[in-house]
Amino acid sequence: MVCPYTWDVPGGVMAHVRDLAEALIADGHHVSVLAPASDDAPLPFYVTSAGRAVAVPYNGSVARLAFGFLSANRVRKWLREGRFDVLHVHEPAVPSVGLLACWAARGPIVATFHASFQRSRAMSVSAPVLHTALEKISGRIAVSDAARKTLVEHMGGDAVLIPNGVTVSRYAEAEPLPGWGPDGGVIGFLGRMDEPRKGLPVLLDAFTRLAPERPGLRLLVAGPGDADDVLAKVPVSLRERVGVLGLVSEEDKARAYHSVDVFCAPNTHGESFGIVLAEAMAAGATVLASDIPAFRRVLGDGQAGALFETGDAGSLAREAAALLDDPACRANLSAEARLAVRKYDWSTVARDVVRVYETVTSTAAGGVEEEQQGRGRGEAGRVPEGVRAHGSEVS
Amino acid sequence: MTATTVILVVGVFVVLSAVYISWRAGRLDRLHIRLETARAALDAALIGRAAVCMELAASGVLDPASSLVLAAATHEARTAGPEEREHAESDLSRTLRAVMDQERFRERLADTPAGPDLMAELDTAVTKVIYSRRFYNNAVGATRLAQRRWLARTLRLAGHTEYPSYFEIDDAEPASLAQQS
Repeated sequence: MVCPYTWDVPGGVMAHVRDLAEALIADGHHVSVLAPASDDAPLPFYVTSAGRAVAVPYNGSVARLAFGFLSANRVRKWLREGRFDVLHVHEPAVPSVGLLACWAARGPIVATFHASFQRSRAMSVSAPVLHTALEKISGRIAVSDAARKTLVEHMGGDAVLIPNGVTVSRYAEAEPLPGWGPDGGVIGFLGRMDEPRKGLPVLLDAFTRLAPERPGLRLLVAGPGDADDVLAKVPVSLRERVGVLGLVSEEDKARAYHSVDVFCAPNTHGESFGIVLAEAMAAGATVLASDIPAFRRVLGDGQAGALFETGDAGSLAREAAALLDDPACRANLSAEARLAVRKYDWSTVARDVVRVYETVTSTAAGGVEEEQQGRGRGEAGRVPEGVRAHGSEVS
Repeated sequence: MTATTVILVVGVFVVLSAVYISWRAGRLDRLHIRLETARAALDAALIGRAAVCMELAASGVLDPASSLVLAAATHEARTAGPEEREHAESDLSRTLRAVMDQERFRERLADTPAGPDLMAELDTAVTKVIYSRRFYNNAVGATRLAQRRWLARTLRLAGHTEYPSYFEIDDAEPASLAQQS
């Protein structure tokens, strides 16, 4: 498996690769991950470093990527020594080791597309190069409808949809954060505080309505963004009852889910799959979410969590009050949520990914090989390994 | 003097275009390999699905009418010629949906000894048809694009390979399957 972004910095794609690799290993497959990493970074046993990543501006933000001759050589060496049955590249269109691996390899290649993006000028300029590499991919996976749409519109062709998973066991048990619930009055929120689509303003509005008549009610907010902006939207008298954690570590995130009585996901739209929602469900939190279609589906039409009218603070306040007053209902929803989230567990998601592997390898002659280099000239130098040989086949 | 230059320029041009053409031919060749592999994978997935359907029909878990309907559709799909294949496979998808979307189908199947295994195989078989068909159609799209290029057409880089056609069937999965994954 190839991860284009550096392993040192936690991120969506990196977490996806890590969780998928661990789920596959737990299932008995042999997995090797190639990712950029700094020389002294501690790496799990299944990760091979592709060299240090360089921070470069790409597609509107700064990405830490690995490219150049050194990386290309490491990719070739890794391919040669690994003798894989399947090569799984993540974000192959990102100019990093993923693209290099597509370029250097031949055989069954699967690619997962994560981001939705606009077609850039750079992509048009380098289209022939990109095309040659991407043409080799025999199975394409998109993690969301948005990513799939991007693919269809900008590169042509389609992909199968396999959403992100959640490692349920990572969230199932955690110590609540000191000074917080569950004490019957804590509402929680997790997500970007400054992005209106995540719906924090709706929640703050509802909190302002509820708090005066409920002295025990508190609000716990976690996620990247400016704390002062959040507090400014709440009346001065209520501010001490709002706790803003800012960006939290993975571990504190799990603890935060266990520190609340009601976890609120007030997203106004978007989110084809609410990863945050699934994590909260894995932690057994009582969920109150807006009734956008994706959430409605994840929560089984309200069976595994309460729903309120999207964007309506009054509706949110009513539902939250009802939940806070009914511990039995909360316990029931929590148990249902733990049950419902199982189908989003990585072990289930990995099963679908393995089916993709089986589809592309079922009839392929041999495993992944190194592409012959030097068309027309000096061909003698490079002969592909030819045979596939791998202990535990992906099946 | 000028003659040498002309020869030189023409020579360089010929070499460059030869390199380019062989690169393009290599690319097309690779696409053809991918297409054939994808086609074989699709065939394997369809045959696999038919086999599981046959097993389900013969398992005695279903009522006789469902069994018969399913067995007939499976037989049609397996024996269909290239012309009717897409129709027959679509019919099998529809029949399978009708059978699997019966009230409490999943629970009833789970109660029988062979049920859970059969259910898992059925899930895998249906998903694989969806995956392999999409991958195959992707490969068809890419190959068609490459074959239609001016250079490929003029120089017949594709050789005697046929112009590939998409495989269009209804492969929507049964609702009871969609719900659980």
